[in-house]
Amino acid sequence: MKKSYKIEVDCANCAAKMETAASKVEGVKAVSVNFMTLKMAVEFDEGVEESAVMKKVLKVCRKVESDCEIYF
Amino acid sequence: MNRKQKKILARIILAALLVAVISFLPAEGIPKLLLFLVPYLVIGYDILIKAARGIINGQVFDENFLMAIATVGALIIGALNGGDYLEAVAVMLFYQTGELFQSYAVGKSRKNISQLMDIRPDYANLECDGRLVKTDPDEVAVGSTIYVKVGERIPIDGIITEGSTELNTSALTGESMPRSVTVGDSVISGCVNMSGAIKVKTTKAFGESTVARILDLVENAGSRKSRPEGFISKFARVYTPTVCALALALMVFPPVISIILGDSPEFFVWIYRGLSFLVASCPCALVISIPLTFFGGLGGASKAGILIKGSNYLEMLSKTDTVVFDKTGTLTEGEFKVTEICPLGIEKRELLRYAAYAESASTHPIANGIRRAYGEEIDRSRVRNISEHSGNGVTAEVDGVSVALGKRAFIESVISSEQRVEELGENAVFLALDQSLAGYILLEDAIKKNSALTLKALKKEGISRTVMLSGDNRKVAERVADSVGIDTVYSELMPDGKVEMIEKIISTEKGRGKVAFVGDGINDAPVLSRADIGIAMGAMGSDAAIEAADVILMDDDPLKIVKAMRISKKALRIVYENIIFSIAVKVLALILVALGAADMWIAIFADVGVMIIAVLNAIRALFVKGE
Repeated sequence: MKKSYKIEVDCANCAAKMETAASKVEGVKAVSVNFMTLKMAVEFDEGVEESAVMKKVLKVCRKVESDCEIYF
Repeated sequence: MNRKQKKILARIILAALLVAVISFLPAEGIPKLLLFLVPYLVIGYDILIKAARGIINGQVFDENFLMAIATVGALIIGALNGGDYLEAVAVMLFYQTGELFQSYAVGKSRKNISQLMDIRPDYANLECDGRLVKTDPDEVAVGSTIYVKVGERIPIDGIITEGSTELNTSALTGESMPRSVTVGDSVISGCVNMSGAIKVKTTKAFGESTVARILDLVENAGSRKSRPEGFISKFARVYTPTVCALALALMVFPPVISIILGDSPEFFVWIYRGLSFLVASCPCALVISIPLTFFGGLGGASKAGILIKGSNYLEMLSKTDTVVFDKTGTLTEGEFKVTEICPLGIEKRELLRYAAYAESASTHPIANGIRRAYGEEIDRSRVRNISEHSGNGVTAEVDGVSVALGKRAFIESVISSEQRVEELGENAVFLALDQSLAGYILLEDAIKKNSALTLKALKKEGISRTVMLSGDNRKVAERVADSVGIDTVYSELMPDGKVEMIEKIISTEKGRGKVAFVGDGINDAPVLSRADIGIAMGAMGSDAAIEAADVILMDDDPLKIVKAMRISKKALRIVYENIIFSIAVKVLALILVALGAADMWIAIFADVGVMIIAVLNAIRALFVKGE
């Protein structure tokens, strides 16, 4: 399953850091952060619960970039 | 400016004022440090917090860390050595100003592009109990009738059932000429209704409509990254730890060597240089300007009616060396038009009528052309015994008269032998009534008016080879190729023959350049996806083409190919300019700083100044020159 989320982040480097961090979350198959359109496209593993995974994604992203936001 | 940006602006102004006032106060020693700490914290508190958080979370080497360590270091040196605190505050001040500028510029171009892409319709007018109800386009079922008033955007693809109007398609095609449409014409979502109310019967769901597909495509374009973008993210990963190590070495080794040699170690000098080194090294200019350039390039292209599916394709376009064209619908109009009617003993109109009736059941492009030229509705009950002689012609009985229509050889076999039929080329259709020749009709698939111009412009852009693939016979294909200026022609190809051909061309191009294929998306989707870059033209409404192609031209003007290449080259040039310029200035500044020939002021220019210049340069990619 693939879904796209609106995000808020201030700099391109921070967006890249979010991408790296989010890609390591369990249940995330692939992730791509587009700083210019402020979108995070996440491809989930089969059968995972989307909102639970996204909560973890937000948590790790906050760790690398404290004032980022993901709307899910 | 948004709230965050306004807040930072206020902090910058406040801190600058405070610094100006404090500089004139006669304080010395600890009170002076405390006074300067006020503007320093006003401008830099969030950087310090972020740096501390970064350290806690194991994200040590980021720009917050660089700025925090450099300014705190400068403050400490100031306190121990002469009491100059201005530098530390100024570095923070410039850094924040640069960040503010960057976020403003990015926000501005983001807005610019989202305005371009502001084609999402908010509602559809559905009739309900005699009243019009504004409905979410997502909820409109296929086959419903919607009303589109003057000034509204067509929300869903469909066919006009009532009314006629002019449509502004500029949001989709970049073409400013309005298009006239009337009952029976299909209309595409995203166009603006300009002059008359129309009723439209929807043929697709909103999600499948042109406008929804385009928005999806543009929004997801960024996920395929180009090589320079990949290079920069790898670069940043290696770069920051490296410069930190170098800065540390600069602070430690020279004093140690001095001690060994018995000189004075001059700790402060080397620590100051190390800190300046850190300030100069920040990689922001590259990290921000390269994605911004690609984003601008993609946005500028969409404004011109060229949709590019990712920055990797934008990059590849600039490396294209061979352009392969499909003939029909790409270099030619793809529609046969009647150019001449030559009757023999009957009225022109009669000849056309018999031809149109005889062809009433055929879907061949020539048959379509004849029926279009006739223009009236065909009463099928007057036609009997239609039989198609595949590839040669058709026979039928129209109003009791036996009609034969087809190629020269076919007609010669039908009519009595004493009549002679002239050789008139491939696109002549002969007509016989009751086994006697009644005249002929000439049809032509006209070459697009910009085809020859396109080929010439492509050569100028440095394309070394142009190829045309065609399913048509050799004579026709070669004539078209000659008149537009194609280098190589391959004709009489079946659809899978075209795929084989493109593979052959790609393998001979290995290592030299990329191969682009331009087609209209009708039965050449496999070729589009096989080529390095598939360019589909006139793609409004063609799902297969949107799916298979990498670059989509919204209208069918071949000159757009040239425009796409120019946009791509401009973007790539800006990217390389920025890479070279930023790295050169940084390296120079780093060397000067290490040698002690530059102070922290130069270092902050190497960071913020370079970033501002690079961002301004990147924004140029957004602007596309008109023809």
